[in-house]
Amino acid sequence: MTTATVAEPGLGARLGKLLRSRETSIFIALAVVVVATTIANPAFLFSSDGWRDLLLTPAIVAVVAIGQAVVIITRSVDLSVGSMVGLTAYLVGTLFVAMPGFPIPLMFLVGIAFGAVLGLINGALVAFGKVPAMVITLGTLYAFRGINVAWTGSNRINASDMPDDFLALGTQSMLGIPTLTVVAVAILLVVAWYMRNTRGGREFYAIGSDPAAAELYGLAKTRRVLVAFVGSGAASGLAGVLFAARYGTINSQVGDGFELQAIGAAVIGGVAIVGGSGTVLGAVFGAYLLLTINRALPVLGIPDFWQRAVVGTLIIGAIVLDRVLAVRQSRRLLQERTSA
Amino acid sequence: MEIATQTPTLELRDVSKSFGSVVALRNGQLAMYPGSIHALVGENGAGKSTLVKIIAGLYSRDTGSLELEGEAVEFRTTAEAKAAGIAVIYQEPTLFPDLSVTENVFMGRQPTGRFGRIDRAAMRAEVIELMQRLGVDIDPDRPAEGLSIADQQIIEIAKAISLDAKALIMDEPTAALSGVEVERLFAVARSLRDEGRALLFISHRFDEVFALCDTVTVMRDGSYVSTEPIAATDVPSIVRMMVGRDVNELFPKEPAEIGDPVLEVSGLTQPGMFQDISFTVRSGEIVALAGLVGAGRSEVARAVFGVDPYASGSVSVLGRALRGGNPAEAMKQGIALVPEDRRKQGLVIDATVASNISDAIRHTLTRFGLITRSRENTAAQFWARRLEVKTAALDAVAGTLSGGNQQKVVLAKWLATNPTVLIIDEPTRGIDVGTKSEVHRMMSQLAGRGLAILMISSELPEVLGMADRVLVMREGRLTADIPRERATAELVMFAATHAAEEVA
Repeated sequence: MTTATVAEPGLGARLGKLLRSRETSIFIALAVVVVATTIANPAFLFSSDGWRDLLLTPAIVAVVAIGQAVVIITRSVDLSVGSMVGLTAYLVGTLFVAMPGFPIPLMFLVGIAFGAVLGLINGALVAFGKVPAMVITLGTLYAFRGINVAWTGSNRINASDMPDDFLALGTQSMLGIPTLTVVAVAILLVVAWYMRNTRGGREFYAIGSDPAAAELYGLAKTRRVLVAFVGSGAASGLAGVLFAARYGTINSQVGDGFELQAIGAAVIGGVAIVGGSGTVLGAVFGAYLLLTINRALPVLGIPDFWQRAVVGTLIIGAIVLDRVLAVRQSRRLLQERTSA
Repeated sequence: MEIATQTPTLELRDVSKSFGSVVALRNGQLAMYPGSIHALVGENGAGKSTLVKIIAGLYSRDTGSLELEGEAVEFRTTAEAKAAGIAVIYQEPTLFPDLSVTENVFMGRQPTGRFGRIDRAAMRAEVIELMQRLGVDIDPDRPAEGLSIADQQIIEIAKAISLDAKALIMDEPTAALSGVEVERLFAVARSLRDEGRALLFISHRFDEVFALCDTVTVMRDGSYVSTEPIAATDVPSIVRMMVGRDVNELFPKEPAEIGDPVLEVSGLTQPGMFQDISFTVRSGEIVALAGLVGAGRSEVARAVFGVDPYASGSVSVLGRALRGGNPAEAMKQGIALVPEDRRKQGLVIDATVASNISDAIRHTLTRFGLITRSRENTAAQFWARRLEVKTAALDAVAGTLSGGNQQKVVLAKWLATNPTVLIIDEPTRGIDVGTKSEVHRMMSQLAGRGLAILMISSELPEVLGMADRVLVMREGRLTADIPRERATAELVMFAATHAAEEVA
């Protein structure tokens, strides 16, 4: 039997757990990258734009990664997030062109709702069609992008087409923290709380951990999977609105490649690709690490074409690390049992 | 009897269930009373598991009635059955490996506070209390991964108690437990009984049935046979009711000349799977490997063929030792393995009959590394004809054939390799009665031609009818080696449920 500590784990034990957690190690890795790059070039952190870019640039991908992480935790994957970001961003631009006085808060709601509808299409096909999410969302990745290209053509929406107040959101700060980052953090807090503390959140983990057991427990699997995809769509929709506000220029290729960044962020952040474990906080840290490395490599003078290789190595490293840790854990748990 | 005046906690009458043309349950009857531990016994395939799955809400019944405390109920999902107070503990517990013990106990019905926030402290406290009550020491915060089967079952029971189940069904809970763990489980079961819950205990171990239960229901071939108080019956009469049919007519093995040893296995051991397995199969001989599901028979077969590794022991064919863990080598030495799960392991279900039959002899059909359809067909034709595979064309997709014909295709594939040893796992599972005898005739002919056959079977009539010798396994060990003349259903059943020293 296990050496059970029936008492509530003490402060020391909790602290130890916190220090050993994946989130902590990713955060440390992020700090190391920032410090190393800043030593090489102090402007990376200490210029007026440096601090802002550090927090701002990854925020949009981080929002997408939050939705993606929830989907991966349920043992699915959403490849269409980039296309949903693009489509929503263009919708936002088009609406502003047509109705320059469109209320900005309402625009956020429109973007989120539109993304949610796109996510519902994914979710319904996966949950009811019983087709692997990989295939469905690969299809919608191309389908959504195709619609975007057909709709946009060679057209482009420029900053001058959008209200100044809206664009200001992309550059403003609140107490030294960029507004968009505040939005991302708010989303993170809500989703992290939900995933940790509610039945619905825990059921995502259960379904990803063992779908057959979830069936026997009588969990509403279909509904949960649907919710996960709607959530991922809504997060992508929000990211589309944020993208429009931040960059002001929207063509038919917005969000291209976000799917791989979001999945990469989740995996680096400790979300197991086979589902059942990991946190959205980890995914957000993963997004920050991934994009900060992207920005740091040129500063450190690493040639352009090596940058992707570094990112790839990071992802593979994260997966190998996960595997090693999983094997070690299951061996330890087995040993505890046999030695009892 | 006093007990009959009570309302049963759970009662099933005339329940039936078919899957396509296969009748899994003809006439299920069961009445579980509060404060009673009811045993349900029967051979593999008697319909016990189907009955349980109907109660649990996993299957919907075709006919019959299901009453909970006197009221008709209908469970469409497991959640509904659970909400009504029915807890089922499956032979292999179903927990979420990534989640903590506490979460596993409460998943889907966690206590919540404001904003739907789960009350972790309350959950944890209740689990600690449950574990204390069950007399076990399991850390409520550890993940379920790596827990022993016994501990996992305790968690399932904790789940059942915390949902205050009226009826608790345990499907072969002791199959994987050691003596101490069984005792612990029994103590828990008795205390639940004393609280007035109704328990159903499915087991193949008669000693346990007699030690724990007060009533026993026997099933056979998907039908109810009888229900009796345990005090009014004994092991031989239960076995008679379980077997209860003429077993020697259906499967005539024609006499074959039994020659020299072909397959020799000695001291084969893989910890946790099987221990010290030694036997020989001679040419022309059919040796049955009997025992209950989970006794380790298929594992032995897989180890002999080299699919799975083994820690110690040796396998030799015609006197030549075989390296373990290498199926290609086993094939080269003339072993063929027809696996239990045809659809998953025996066939490429979406490929044609011809390509399936020629699968194992691919390398002999290639010319300059290429295979032509016509060469494949020529090779397949021969075997398809010999085994009378009933399909319009060789290019029919294997998945569209009936179970019996699929089995013939798998057999044809292996016979095409011209083996000297044929290991065949559950040769007639899921095959209708007519085709069954064809498969048996075929095996008999093969033995007549000097093949050494090792047949794993859970069907007693098949074992008794086909085998020249019956080896019986129980919990990873051989418990008996019975020659054809002495083999009876009772003897085999006894050996399958008792340790070797008791059998001898």
